Amino acid sequence: MNYRQARWVEPLIFELSKPGRVGWASPEKPRERINVPKELLREKLELPELSEPEVVRHYTRLSQMNYGVDSGFYPLGSCTMKYNPKVCEELAALETASCIHPHQAEETVQGALELMYRLERCLAEVAGVARVSLQPSAGAHGEFVAMLLTRAYHKSKRDDKRNQVIVPDSAHGTNPASAAMAGYEVVTVPSNARGRVDLKALKAAVSERSAALMLTNPNTLGLFEDQIINIAGVVHDAGGLLFYDGANLNGILGKTRPGDMDFDIVHFNLHKTFSTPHGGGGPGAGPVGVQKELEKFLPVPLVEYNEKRGRYSLDYDRPHSIGKIKGFYGNFGVFVKAYAYLLLMGAEGLNEVTDAAVLNANYIMRKLLRVEGYELKFDASGPCKHEVVFSAEPLKRETDIWAHFVAKRLLDFGMHAPTYYFPPIVPEALMIEPTESESKEELDRFVDALKTIAEEAKSDPDRVRSAPTATAIGRLDEVKASRQPILSWRAYRKSAKE
Amino acid sequence: MKKLGLIINPIAGMGGRVGLKGTDGADTVAKALELGADTVSPARAVETLGGLKRVGVEFELITYPAEMGAAEASEAGLEARVIGHITSGKTTAEDTKHAAREMLEQGVDLILIAGGDGTMSDVIEAIGTQVPILGIPTGVKMHSAAFANTPQTAGEVAARFLSEGLPLREAEVMDIDEEAYRENRLVAKLKGYAQVPYEPVMMQATKEGSTGYELADQKAIARWVVESMERGRIYALGPGTTTRAVAEELGIYNSTLLGVDLIENYKLLARDTNEQHILEVIEKKPITIIVSPIGRQGFILGRGNQQLSSVIIKRVGKENVWVLATPNKLKATHTLKVDTDDAKLDREFRGYIRVITGYRQTCMIKVV
Amino acid sequence: MGHPYIPNTREIREQMLREIGVASIDELFADIPHQIRLKRKLKLPPAMSELEVKRHVQAILAKNKPFTQMLSFLGGGVWPHHVPAHVRSLVQRSEFLTSYTPYQPEASQGMLQALFEYQSMIAELVGLEVANSSMYDWATALGEAALMCARVTGRQKFIVPKLISKDRLSVLRNYASGPGLEVVEVGYDRRTGQLDLRQLRAELGGDVAGVYIENPSYLGFLETQGDEIAAAAHKTGALFVVGVNPISLGLFKAPGAYGADIVVGEGQPLGNPVSFGGPSLGIFACRDELKLMRQLPGRLIGATTTLDDKARGYCMVLQTREQHIRRERATSSICTNEALCAVAAAIYLASLGPRGLCNLAELCASNASYAMKKLNTIKGLRSPIFDAPHFNEFTLNCDDTRVLSIQKLNAGLLKRGIQGGKPLREEFPELGKTALLCTTELHSREDIDRLASALKELLGERR
Repeated sequence: MNYRQARWVEPLIFELSKPGRVGWASPEKPRERINVPKELLREKLELPELSEPEVVRHYTRLSQMNYGVDSGFYPLGSCTMKYNPKVCEELAALETASCIHPHQAEETVQGALELMYRLERCLAEVAGVARVSLQPSAGAHGEFVAMLLTRAYHKSKRDDKRNQVIVPDSAHGTNPASAAMAGYEVVTVPSNARGRVDLKALKAAVSERSAALMLTNPNTLGLFEDQIINIAGVVHDAGGLLFYDGANLNGILGKTRPGDMDFDIVHFNLHKTFSTPHGGGGPGAGPVGVQKELEKFLPVPLVEYNEKRGRYSLDYDRPHSIGKIKGFYGNFGVFVKAYAYLLLMGAEGLNEVTDAAVLNANYIMRKLLRVEGYELKFDASGPCKHEVVFSAEPLKRETDIWAHFVAKRLLDFGMHAPTYYFPPIVPEALMIEPTESESKEELDRFVDALKTIAEEAKSDPDRVRSAPTATAIGRLDEVKASRQPILSWRAYRKSAKE
Repeated sequence: MKKLGLIINPIAGMGGRVGLKGTDGADTVAKALELGADTVSPARAVETLGGLKRVGVEFELITYPAEMGAAEASEAGLEARVIGHITSGKTTAEDTKHAAREMLEQGVDLILIAGGDGTMSDVIEAIGTQVPILGIPTGVKMHSAAFANTPQTAGEVAARFLSEGLPLREAEVMDIDEEAYRENRLVAKLKGYAQVPYEPVMMQATKEGSTGYELADQKAIARWVVESMERGRIYALGPGTTTRAVAEELGIYNSTLLGVDLIENYKLLARDTNEQHILEVIEKKPITIIVSPIGRQGFILGRGNQQLSSVIIKRVGKENVWVLATPNKLKATHTLKVDTDDAKLDREFRGYIRVITGYRQTCMIKVV
Repeated sequence: MGHPYIPNTREIREQMLREIGVASIDELFADIPHQIRLKRKLKLPPAMSELEVKRHVQAILAKNKPFTQMLSFLGGGVWPHHVPAHVRSLVQRSEFLTSYTPYQPEASQGMLQALFEYQSMIAELVGLEVANSSMYDWATALGEAALMCARVTGRQKFIVPKLISKDRLSVLRNYASGPGLEVVEVGYDRRTGQLDLRQLRAELGGDVAGVYIENPSYLGFLETQGDEIAAAAHKTGALFVVGVNPISLGLFKAPGAYGADIVVGEGQPLGNPVSFGGPSLGIFACRDELKLMRQLPGRLIGATTTLDDKARGYCMVLQTREQHIRRERATSSICTNEALCAVAAAIYLASLGPRGLCNLAELCASNASYAMKKLNTIKGLRSPIFDAPHFNEFTLNCDDTRVLSIQKLNAGLLKRGIQGGKPLREEFPELGKTALLCTTELHSREDIDRLASALKELLGERR
């Protein structure tokens, strides 16, 4: 193990500021007097003053203190941190993609509309749905839109009693939050001993007040909800809709489709499954697909193609549409990357992605089961899908080293930590999603690292507890950070004075 | 330096192995010994202390002589300041109470108690909620929610409480009528509440769950319950801190913690009422029962709130029973229980019940 | 042969299967019931090599006409600016680009510090103390602001000016629909475009959660009554929300200085390409009052120290706040945001500095000023339609010409290689044949002269 992240003592950009410096030159001098009353003008603006090379060095150094997929293994569960092909970036940066305005005359943006149309068709095929709106900006945004569509659907049936949304206890946190944001009550159903939705509990939960069930399949434990046909039956029989959270789509590409499982609404995370990078938190894109009966409610506009004229157009004439949920048409730059990725893979490629991703997860599962300190809390008999959730409870019991410490220590091995303490139904959870991008050697290295850590927990627990030490900085006082939040340079200066 | 008190009831847990239910009363102890019972709590306490020592937190340990703490501390390799006097081999409930009072005077930050429900009841009888306590489970009867799940977790929680501080929650202390219990009748009484440190649910950034904080969760529940209340209907608020939060949300600050209060049109109609009175009220108005699980086993009806009798529950109907529980509470009890004096009614409640867990949040929980 | 993005070849996969005692890959999918299996291949275009994909996508995109290859006067929510080369090259650094949300602060200090700097610069720019690390865009930030006002005040009504983008209004209405907030539009003065204060005061009461204005407004003029609107809102206990184009704040007074409690806006012009309207960057800032901060949606990055107190570091903070918010009415579910766009904004602002930003804002406004003057001299044209100071956008009306519509006029301009302004008829029929135009530093005086002569020519032709 000889990993070491860059460790600059890099001041804040404000601290590097020197009056008079500037990193930008105006193309020309303003020549017109601006007729604005003085009291509307600004007096003071304290932005940093630096030349371009200083700015470049500062942010280059900061980037060196950041860990991405390109830096190494990133097994963050439910986040599908796969490799992002560089050609996709190159294409999104073309002037013909990045320098077009959403209000331009349609004949000048035919390429953009065509690309969106083609991407929509591809996504609809992958998920087995009739139509897709590309507008939502992120996964949670897509979920929110799905909830608005659900409401519009029930309202159109003059059914306004349906004010509950059912969510399994293993669901992503954004599910209940998105449902609540759309005005729904959230009903949680527990998982059974096999880590799947408890059908009996689900039956007890549905009623004439059920609007929808939000489900991830494979679920957050990485297990396929093999009762999905029954689940769908129970919800549909009660008059509710089925929403598919697409975060885990990487586990079933080309094997089965949400539409085939009878889901009514589906969302995609282009920044997960379709490999557009996550950018340290965004931008992503969270398109939403629906079956025929819900099509009319989708946000405006949709892209239509007139074969006779050979023209693409934006269709706003959709009287039942819920309206808009984002300023323009969605994160177009992300669409370009996702579309390019789909072309790079093709149908067979996507199938292979899932084969490789699922094999990688199962490989880790079987190998790690042989390592002392980690165990599976649910079904260990069958295969997992694209991810696997281990519990570090045995390790904690024996050595008082928690999942949290294991995760931090992993960073010292030059690997990102798995998602931990999630899903909440697994104590000391370590949620591992290796993706198809990792080689067998990398997976072996990962399992070895977890084994080493389990051994260290006994032989040298302090070393584990004081990790990480190979990162840009050691353990942070996150409690203090929240207790007295310092959220800006100005607040920092003030607190430093006190 | 933080001070940690340690009280061990050396005979707690002895009855269990030999088929006796609890060891309250000198006769029972003698009987247990006669039956060849071995002590349980000292070994469990040593386990807890060993864990504490391993973590290496600095604290001063204050305890009672011999088997009430001193012996166990030295076995775990911990230095302790020993206070008080006992007659070794013949300790009583009075000794437990004395010990608790003296530790309060010593200004301890937390008292670890190895024992069962009876021991816990003695402690809160002596010192109430003036000092946070934490139970090391060793007794036969452990209905009280003031116990940690295992001796080891007791050590972990204590260590974290002493080193970095943990939030406190109110946990039920229950005890059971000893005589009745030995005759296989169970009359669980809610004795009171203790302040207990707890670990907020560990969560990774933005991944959802409860707030991890009991009070915030209780308030969220209360808020929705109040929003869901209708005029012209009576609400019977059972005992507990979650139901008390409902009363507080209504601006009622003198509700009873251990009894049943009646609420009508957002106002307190009757305080600490009894079965008879509730039956009279039912005659006139529709009624909704609001309860929360009591104790470690998660009893929602029949224990700790016997005022809400089977007769009343049958009249009210299952659909008019609202169950409230914070996610934290549900984490401790995965299932709920109903144990009224009417077995048929109990069966009716089996299966899944809707539990209110937050603002506009419910959860389906199994009643077994 | 192996796959370029999948390191484990078929042979290695076979070996892995053997090692874990699984007979075949298919066995790993045995848990998917037969009835729902996809029994055919997905119908997708055939896989292509990188070279082919590049040619294919380039060919599709070549059907676009970027504004860099013509003369365009479009703004209206996203604005074309020059993106300095170093901004793009820095945000393309793959340590930033390919990282996830900074859940592990020790390994993500770079992103965290950059976002902290972004928050600091935005707070400074809008004149408030707290800015979050981004929302999806301006419209969704406005939606979240309305929800936040409702949570803070416990009230259900949100007031907006009639003259805002109808798309933005539609997004707001969708956000407001969850908790059932009522969105009320307040009219404007026909001559100046300024908010009708009398109507505002009549609408204000104990039920109003927030009052929203935009400055500069959607139609480019400045709202000069900021102080009075703030006072009126605050008097009734409502919060005051202001929407901004951040470039304008290089020149104009910060909303915080005239009473804004919350500021939202579109951060795209700060170093992000227009990109057909997305990715964009939602700005969201508020005063540092506890009751506001507790209800703030989105992620916040805070400064702290290492556990040993020896070094300064950054991490996500107030995460329980997000949980708290969840407990209340209409919670925010935002998780993935627009972090990389925020980093671009930080780099952009740091590069321009106070002087650069002021110069840029002045140049944009000066160009608009010149354009209005020039266009107004053309017979039959009126620009702007409102008598008020403007920033870099302005209206152009052709009611007094024989032109049938702005669309027709734009079609004529397009033939001359010019993309005209956005037609406003559908959004505001009462404004007649009016377009919304925008100038930035991309426009030279000659460009504007070209627009003027093209218009002259077009209008002349018709006579």
